Amino acid sequence: MAKVIVVTSGKGGVGKTTTSASFATGLAMKGNKTVVIDFDVGLRNLDLIMGCERRVVYDFVNVLNNEASLKQALIKDKQCENLFILPASQTRDKDALTEEGVERILNELKEDFDYIVCDSPAGIEKGALMALYFADEALIVTNPEVSSVRDSDRILGILSAKSKRAVDGDEPIKEHLVITRYSAKRVEMGEMLSIDDVKDLLSIPLIGVIPESESVLSASNSGVPVIHDIDSTSGQAYADVVDRFMGVNLPLRFLQAEKKGLLSRIFGN
Amino acid sequence: MSFLDYFRGKRAPSASVAKERLQIILAREHAGSNEPDYLPALKQEILDVVSKYVSVDQDAIQVNLERDDNCEVLELNIALPESKRGAQKSKQQDSLAVAD
Repeated sequence: MAKVIVVTSGKGGVGKTTTSASFATGLAMKGNKTVVIDFDVGLRNLDLIMGCERRVVYDFVNVLNNEASLKQALIKDKQCENLFILPASQTRDKDALTEEGVERILNELKEDFDYIVCDSPAGIEKGALMALYFADEALIVTNPEVSSVRDSDRILGILSAKSKRAVDGDEPIKEHLVITRYSAKRVEMGEMLSIDDVKDLLSIPLIGVIPESESVLSASNSGVPVIHDIDSTSGQAYADVVDRFMGVNLPLRFLQAEKKGLLSRIFGN
Repeated sequence: MSFLDYFRGKRAPSASVAKERLQIILAREHAGSNEPDYLPALKQEILDVVSKYVSVDQDAIQVNLERDDNCEVLELNIALPESKRGAQKSKQQDSLAVAD
């Protein structure tokens, strides 16, 4: 049975699309047939992060309105055999998403795919609610920063009250915390919330910590999900997230600040 | 922290402040999430009525809603300022029970 996973956060700019792109790519690299859907109707960006922006012909809303078939709208990833992208519409607004329409498309995708990754827009409006409504599991993307933690807490409340599983009284959505833009150095200096702080505040299980890294920006610059950059810490951290999601027990990595030399210890950076 | 930072007069670490603030606001938001929408307005109106007669502080009123199986109890707690005439009671309690 196919699994629907929403990548959500409440707050914008914390790394939902980056996480969706790398997570979906990682699942596909493990041999799972995976589709990643951009729910940010009107502000699509997943196509850019996945590097397929010039190949978009039809989009999610076209399929919802029966203007195109799923087969026409799905874009096959260039590097990954099992990966497909369903881009959002850039011209319509979020009201184009209806519960019935989204359910119909998800059911159709479930016949062909193992994993359906829903990249949620920021906020708690229609697009975000539709992205999480049918989810079986959720990745909560959180920066170690006050507004992101508060918004994640709010989204957790919505997952447990307004999702289909909550409304139907089924087993609740399985939640996983992904901490992004983590700087071990700033945590050591007491300037940034630690992993334990964020875990205490949100009290959901942690599936991975993505260190702040320059490679995330260069990956988005070139339209290649950062998980492909196997030399980078964030790429490796995303690969760990995928492994843990698939049930592999791995210790957390990249949680120590780099040791500084004597000169920089005296003079700072 | 580098050695020279001790002379630069670095500010105190802020992460603990962030955690403390978040603990308080999240606890408050969780508590508020199951109270009815009218509660803040009700609280304000009661406060307005009381302030017509006695000068009370914004923080002097507490509203609690408790649910039992088939009845909700709305508890109002208003701390009145000490009266000049030296009345014994400095605090009065009012309870209002609403049955469903």
